[in-house]
Amino acid sequence: MTVVAQPVLEVHDVVKTYGGVHALKSVSISLLAGEVHCLAGENGSGKSTLIKIISGVEKPDSGTISIGGKRRSHLTPNEAIRSGVQVIYQDFSLFPNLTAAENIAMLSELAERRNFSSRKRIFAEAERIVTELGLTMDLGADVESLSVADRQLVAICRALVGDAKVLIMDEPTTALTHTEVDRLFTIVRTLQERGVAVMFVSHKLDEVLQIAQRLTILRNGELVETGPASDFTGRSVAKAMTGREVSEERLVAPLEPDAPVLLEVKNLTRSGDFHNINLSLRAGEILGITGLLGSGRSEIAEAIFGIRPADSGEVVVAGQTHKINSIRDAVKAGIGYVPEDRLTQGLFLEASIADNIVASSLDSYRAKSGLLNTKRIQESIAELFKRLRIQAPSVTAMVHSLSGGNAQRVVLAKWLDRKPSILVLNGPTVGVDIGSKEEILGILREQAATGMGIIVISDDIPELVSSCHRVLTVYKGRIVSELVGDDIHADGIQEGLAV
Amino acid sequence: MSATLRRLRGANNEGLLVAVIIVVAVAMSIASPAFLSSGTFFALVRSSMVPLIFALGVMLIMISGGIDVSFPAIAIFAAYTTVKWSVDGNLDPGLVLIFVIAMVVGGLLGLFNGVVIARFRLPTLIVTLGTLTMYKGILLTYIGSLYISAGELPGSVTTLSDVHLWDAPSGGYLHFMVVPVVLVAVLIAVMLRWTLFGRSIFAIGGDTEAARRVGIRVVRTQVWLYVLAGGLAAFGGMVFVILGKNANPQSIVGTELDIIAAVVLGGASIFGGRGSVFGTMLGVVLVQLINNNLVLVGIPSTWQRAVVGILLLLGVTAQALGRAGANKRPVMIEKEAEA
Repeated sequence: MTVVAQPVLEVHDVVKTYGGVHALKSVSISLLAGEVHCLAGENGSGKSTLIKIISGVEKPDSGTISIGGKRRSHLTPNEAIRSGVQVIYQDFSLFPNLTAAENIAMLSELAERRNFSSRKRIFAEAERIVTELGLTMDLGADVESLSVADRQLVAICRALVGDAKVLIMDEPTTALTHTEVDRLFTIVRTLQERGVAVMFVSHKLDEVLQIAQRLTILRNGELVETGPASDFTGRSVAKAMTGREVSEERLVAPLEPDAPVLLEVKNLTRSGDFHNINLSLRAGEILGITGLLGSGRSEIAEAIFGIRPADSGEVVVAGQTHKINSIRDAVKAGIGYVPEDRLTQGLFLEASIADNIVASSLDSYRAKSGLLNTKRIQESIAELFKRLRIQAPSVTAMVHSLSGGNAQRVVLAKWLDRKPSILVLNGPTVGVDIGSKEEILGILREQAATGMGIIVISDDIPELVSSCHRVLTVYKGRIVSELVGDDIHADGIQEGLAV
Repeated sequence: MSATLRRLRGANNEGLLVAVIIVVAVAMSIASPAFLSSGTFFALVRSSMVPLIFALGVMLIMISGGIDVSFPAIAIFAAYTTVKWSVDGNLDPGLVLIFVIAMVVGGLLGLFNGVVIARFRLPTLIVTLGTLTMYKGILLTYIGSLYISAGELPGSVTTLSDVHLWDAPSGGYLHFMVVPVVLVAVLIAVMLRWTLFGRSIFAIGGDTEAARRVGIRVVRTQVWLYVLAGGLAAFGGMVFVILGKNANPQSIVGTELDIIAAVVLGGASIFGGRGSVFGTMLGVVLVQLINNNLVLVGIPSTWQRAVVGILLLLGVTAQALGRAGANKRPVMIEKEAEA
C-alpha cells in the first residue's frame, strides 16, 4: 500500500449554519489517496452536513474545499462527481426497477452525455468493474430482487465505474450481518490498493477501529479529535463522541426468583420460516433473541405480534392461551411491538410527537360520554416526553425532523403509553448513536424493573451483553443455543451465531 | 414457478394478459357465434387505434411515477382548435401541417402540466384533474362549442377518412391510419428501450431522489415528458377526428377511465418504474374487446361501465399483490429443515 503525501481532498475551515444554528463550526479535514479515514460522531454531530458539503448538495457559509489541488468555495453536485467524489448513501439511492448492470452504468452513461442506451455497452461496463473488484453478481437481475448486501455492492460498483478518487460511505454497515461486513471490509481494502481515498462514516466503534487508518470525531458541529486510528481505543472514541464516559458493562438487575412467567411460546411453527420455537419470558426479564439476518429472528417476533401469524403452536400470556391471528389479537393480549423499520412501520412521520405518542392508545382515553379526555392525553404526553428525554423543541414538532435516536424514543413512548405487559423490540438501537443507545437501554431496564417482560431482537452484541438476562440464538429458523446470566459475553454470542 | 413459465408470463404479466384475451374471445364466440368474424376483428383494431395512442401517453407518465387524466381534454382541445382554425379561415393547409399544428398545441398544453408538476412538485393526479376541466372549459368558452360535420371539415381530412389500407374479402377493412398509429407505438418502444431519455423515465419512476443524485435532470426530463404526452394526446385527437369524420368539442372527455384501466391492466405500475408498449397494447385490446362486444353476447350495455371499473380494480389489485410478494424478505431456510 502506497500513501501519497498530497491530499486528494482538503476541507478547510468550513462553517455552515441552518437558521442561526451552527451545524459545522470551522471544520477542517483532509483525505489521502489510499487511506481509509473514518468520520465518527453521534446523530446531529454534523457528519451528514459535512458529507453534503463535500458532495456539493449544500453550500458552506465560509471555508474552502480543494479536490486534486483545485480550491473552491463550494461545489455543485455535478462538479463534485466530475472531480471524482462519489457518495454511497445509507439508502444506496439505487433504482429498484432497473437491472444491476443498468444501475452501475447509468452514471457514466449520463456523464458521457449519451443520447442512446445500449444494453451491450452497459453490461460490458458493469462486467468490467465487477471483475476488477473480484466480485460475482447477477448483473441481469432487477435490484429490488437483490439482498441488502448485494445492493450495497451494486452501489459500490456504481460509484467506482466512473474512476472515483474519493469514495464517501455513509453508515455502510447498518444493514449488514457480520459476514457481510467482513466482505465489505475486504472490498474497502481492495479500493485502498487502487489508491481510492475512502471516507467511512460510522458510529460503530469496533468497525471504525478495525478499518480506519485515521480517525476524525465530530461533536455538536465541532471537530473534537483527529489522529491515527492506532492512537484511539473504543473507550476513548466513545468518550470523544459523547463527551462523557460510556459504560458497556453488564447492567442487569437480578431477577426475582418468584417472578411470574408472563409469556410462554410453545412449538411455534411457520412453514419455511421457523420451527418448534419454545421460549418463556418472566416479569422483569429482558430476553435477547439474536441470529443472522434471515435466520428467522424477525419472523418469530412478527408471529408473536400477529403481523404474519404462525401456522401452529401456542402463545400463552399470563397463563392464558391466546390465538394470535392478527395484530389486534396481540395487542389485546397485552403485547407491544417496536418494529425494525420504525420510519415506515412505527411512526406517522408527518404528524407531531404528541400525536404519535397517543396514536395507538387513544381508545383508553375515552370518557364515558364517548369523547376523548384531552386533559389526560396532554398529561400522558408531557410525562412520556419528559421520561424518555426526547430532544425536540416541543411535543408539537414533526417526527420527520427528529434524529434516529429521538425517533426511536417516540416509538417507545407510543408503546409505553399502551402499558403492555410484554414489549418486543426489533433492533431497538439500529441507526442510533451511542449516547441515545445507552439511554434507550436504560429506559428498557427501568421498564423491566416495573415488571414488564421485554424481548430484544438484535445482532448488536454489546447491546445484548449489557442488557439481557438471557440470550437465545436462532439459526435457520430454530433456537440453537441459550445463554444465561454471566455466560452472556461477546465471544459466547459470536460463537452461537457462527454455528 | 419454472423458468419457462416465468418467461411466458413476461416481465409485466404480458403473457397472462394474452391468455385472458384468448379466454374472453373464446367465451364470447361460444356465447354468440356472430362474434367470430373478420368484421369483428377489424372493428376491434379500428376502435383500438385512438385509445392506444392515448394509452401510450398515459403509460409514459405512469412509468415516471405520475398519472395523467388531462389527456382527453388536450386531445380534443388540440384537434378541435386546429380544425376550427382551418374551417374559419377557409383554408386547408394539408394533413402534415394540420397534424403539426395540433401537436404543437397539445405540446404546449402538456408543457403547462409539466411545468406545474415538476417545478412545484405537486401531485400529478390533482394537477391534471384541474387542467382537464380547465382545458375543456377554455375550449368551450373561447374556441367554440359547435359540432363541425363532415361537410365542413378541411378536404384533406375528409379524404383521409375514407382511405382504406386493405379491404378484407370476408368483410371488414383496415383503415389507413393504422400505419401512423403503429409507427408511433414502435417509436415509443424504441425510445423507452434504447434512448437515455427513455431510461431516465424509468429511473425517475424507480426512485426520483436517486435519479437526482446520479445527475439526471429530473425537472427537465419530466417537463419534456409532459410535452411529449400532450403531443401524443393531440395526435390521438386528430386520428379520432379523421376516423369519426367530425369534430365535436364535447367528445373524448369522459373516456379517461377506459384508457387508464387499459394501461394498468397492461402492466404499467401505478407505483411507477414499470410498463411496456406491448403490455399497454394488450390492455387496450382487452378493454376494447369487452367494450365492443358485451352487447353482442347479451350483456346489457349498462353493465359496460361497471365492467371497466372492475377491470381497473382487478389490474390494480394484481399489482398490489405482486408488490407485496416482491417485498417479502428472503429467509434462508433449507428445504431439508422443513421436513
